[in-house]
Amino acid sequence: MSVTADQRELRDDALNGLQLSTRLDSLWRTPSGFLGALMSVDHKVVGRRYIVTAFVFLLLGGVLAILMRIQLAGPEQTFLSPDKYNQIFTMHGSTMMFLFAVPVMEAFAVYLVPLMVGTRNIAFPRLNAFSYWMFLFGGCFLWISFALNVGPDVGWFAYVPLSSLQYTPTKRPDVWAQMITFTEVAALAVAVEIVVTVFKLRAPGMTLDRIPLFVWAMLVTAFLVMFAMPSIMVASTSLILDRLVNTRFYDSSSGGHPLLWQHLFWFFGHPEVYIIFIPGTGMVSAILATFARRPVVGYPVVILSLIATGFLSFGLWVHHMFVTGLPQLGAGLFTASSMLIAVPSGLQIFCWLATLWDGRPVYRTPLLFVIGFIVIFVMGGLSGVMVASVPIDTQVHDTYFVVAHFHYVLIGGAIFPLIGAVYYWFPKITGRMLGERLGRWNFWLAFVGFNIAFFPMHILGLIGMPRRVYTYTADMDWAHLNLLSSGGALIFALSFALLLVNVIRSLRSGALAGDNPWDASTLEWATSSPPPPQNFDRIPVVKHREPLWLDGESLPVAAGLSVDRREVLLTSLAEAEPQTREASPEPSIWPLLTALATTVFFIGSIFTPWAVLWGTPPMAVALIGWFWPAGSREDEE
Amino acid sequence: MPFALLPLAACAGRQSALAPQGLQSDEILRTFFIFLAIASVVWVAVVIVLIIGMLRRKRTTDQPLALHIPFERVTGRVVLGLGLATLVIVLGLSIVSYAGQRTVFARDEHALTLKIIGHQWWWEVRYEDGNPDRSFVTANEIRIPTGQPVKVELESADVIHSFWVPSLTGKMDLITGQKNELQFTAKSAGIYRGQCAEFCGLQHAHMAFAVLALPPDEFGRWRDRENQSAHSPSDQLGKQGEQLFRARGCALCHTIRGTLAGGQLGPDLTHVGSRTTIAAGTLPMTTASLGAWIADPQHIKPGNYMPKMPLQSGELIAILHYLEQLK
Repeated sequence: MSVTADQRELRDDALNGLQLSTRLDSLWRTPSGFLGALMSVDHKVVGRRYIVTAFVFLLLGGVLAILMRIQLAGPEQTFLSPDKYNQIFTMHGSTMMFLFAVPVMEAFAVYLVPLMVGTRNIAFPRLNAFSYWMFLFGGCFLWISFALNVGPDVGWFAYVPLSSLQYTPTKRPDVWAQMITFTEVAALAVAVEIVVTVFKLRAPGMTLDRIPLFVWAMLVTAFLVMFAMPSIMVASTSLILDRLVNTRFYDSSSGGHPLLWQHLFWFFGHPEVYIIFIPGTGMVSAILATFARRPVVGYPVVILSLIATGFLSFGLWVHHMFVTGLPQLGAGLFTASSMLIAVPSGLQIFCWLATLWDGRPVYRTPLLFVIGFIVIFVMGGLSGVMVASVPIDTQVHDTYFVVAHFHYVLIGGAIFPLIGAVYYWFPKITGRMLGERLGRWNFWLAFVGFNIAFFPMHILGLIGMPRRVYTYTADMDWAHLNLLSSGGALIFALSFALLLVNVIRSLRSGALAGDNPWDASTLEWATSSPPPPQNFDRIPVVKHREPLWLDGESLPVAAGLSVDRREVLLTSLAEAEPQTREASPEPSIWPLLTALATTVFFIGSIFTPWAVLWGTPPMAVALIGWFWPAGSREDEE
Repeated sequence: MPFALLPLAACAGRQSALAPQGLQSDEILRTFFIFLAIASVVWVAVVIVLIIGMLRRKRTTDQPLALHIPFERVTGRVVLGLGLATLVIVLGLSIVSYAGQRTVFARDEHALTLKIIGHQWWWEVRYEDGNPDRSFVTANEIRIPTGQPVKVELESADVIHSFWVPSLTGKMDLITGQKNELQFTAKSAGIYRGQCAEFCGLQHAHMAFAVLALPPDEFGRWRDRENQSAHSPSDQLGKQGEQLFRARGCALCHTIRGTLAGGQLGPDLTHVGSRTTIAAGTLPMTTASLGAWIADPQHIKPGNYMPKMPLQSGELIAILHYLEQLK
């Protein structure tokens, strides 16, 4: 052919607003129908599914928590058998950590990051779709096993030798270990997408020091996922090998060691806490800036704190192992390194306090949740400083004090910001506002219920109540505080019921939101609510950290992207200067089929090592289908 | 809110870190209160700043603020100053912690040494001595002299357990293939409850034990008595019980020194009658609870490794009578 691409293809600068909008909409729209929905590679569609699925798991995990609180409300209750109780606390922990907390944070990133950096889709959209299916299948696999009474019962930490074949000959630990692998695949895929999206797909002009803080937080989180997850992958795969093909990684009688498991597990497990908490801080920064009506104080300080937190989080796993008999001097050093993380966390808190102090705050529900976050999280952080001390830890380790501590950190540090984020971004995602009155009830019930449920646990731990016990006797003096805690848990649960009611009501009849109901400053508010399939008709150009506050209506835009095919604009890493146009993949059924093939392989390998042989060909076929080269423009030329 | 913890120091309890009765638990609680005091001050300061910050300025307009650059600089310096203060506090607390750690883990060469082996779900306690005639084994109950350092060597027969007597000292894990140790000194006589603190399976909740701290001379007398083999029962019912103990299979798992019962799977019962609890702290040692336990251990502690033996009521009474005499 003699004509060049430039002559043939239509660019967006040749069209007026309405023509462009209509054309892009049909170009980027997810195909209609059930099959079309399964093929979707739109980050908003996948992100929405991801968020909803993760919240369903939150609900399930919450129901388990209530069951445990009923059992522990009084001494020597027989509401749950010890076997059921052990399954339930294992499922609660595993669900909350692997099927709710990490996925929901990544889900928000999948939805928001492309919008916030001003691009049309996430990097590697098919991988993104695949990631969601893996997460869904892994979660369903775990919960179906639980319903069939083969749910794991050795704790979400699954310490060997208890989880070894010798002491748990059932398939329960295998189910747990394979579910880990599913969620790892999903989490790692999203982490890669986020890193590439942030580094290469930012709007022109969005230099490193103009990236929104939420996006920075998700970038740091993505790196944590990439460095932490392989450790648990090694751990759980070694466990499966020990159980299935009789290797001896953890068997001390054959040269292995049970502590190997704990080192590998906590080298993942502690950064995991920050994988959950850092996105929460990103949400806090986003909400706070909008409602304090000013940018967050100390933008570079916040970013450096995030990065420092990320680095430090890999240097303190040993504080989970202070009572395993490690050398004393080493343990003492890990006390110092664990406490050191209070410095960057503290700096962020001070920046937020200063933001509120200097701002003119507007007290809407999202901001209430941020304030609740500060009050609760600071207390959790301070009890964390206590737990980091070797002598104190020898008393409180594995007691309810630790249960109280990490619920203050995780619920205070992640769930409160997250619920705030739901109120904050719901209008963007659905086009409708959540009810403000119900929102306030939701907040106060959550805040009060949470504290009644978890504060007494500090005391319970100090007066001798260990974790993971299914019952206790009346003469232990733990009954009153446990009853109080259970009552608080019910109030806390009620607050989530209100959230659910609020969401359902608003989906039906919530007030219409408009593009930017909170008058926020970041790019996701520069498009309509909900955003069109193409996100932006014209790619915005960023000149400030707060583009919508400083440029507002006259937000500059870039031109030149093709409207003949799905295209995204690649920009340079530091300065975000436009570099090239890149094709973005079309919808495809192959990510789903690949996920199905992978699921068959993973589940098969629980029962027989031969699954490695017969399980891989279908995966190979699916991957070939996925990557089969479509006829591209370049080929025709 | 952290202040709410302070009055609790007065809380008594047989298994409470807030009621220390040992040199080590004392030191740990002291360290804890230093941390608690500083944490409380920090938390209250943050909340006060938060509240003032919230109420300080009334909103006049929805428009975002125009930033005032010199003022921003001042704020930035305040934030960095607070960060520096955090660093100083953290380093100070690390030193406090390390000092406490040194005291808690100090070792005394002349400590009384005993070996504790964790089992699902009971504790084997070995009083070992250079002279084999002075060595004996007991279970679920540890007697120690007051005022003298005691070293426990911790091992596990199966999964990971954790030895924890909060009134005396912090915990230490019992790990397969590894020997850990823990040292503590009881300040006063009393019964202190301990409990397994690491999840160890189905009956983790029912893996407790008692530490009886006795005045040294009383401890010495107990040790002499415990060292002896079981006395033969004097009455007819007791003799019948001893015979049934073997005939009904109890002796396959349990040892009673001085008799033909030599099983190694379950707790040593040589002086079971003198213990304060049975089934690893699950029930008090009374005729009724011992009877209930032997009749149906699976009902009391579901999933434990003691099977339910088919016994006629006469047989149960004889065995019960025999065991109660083992003091």
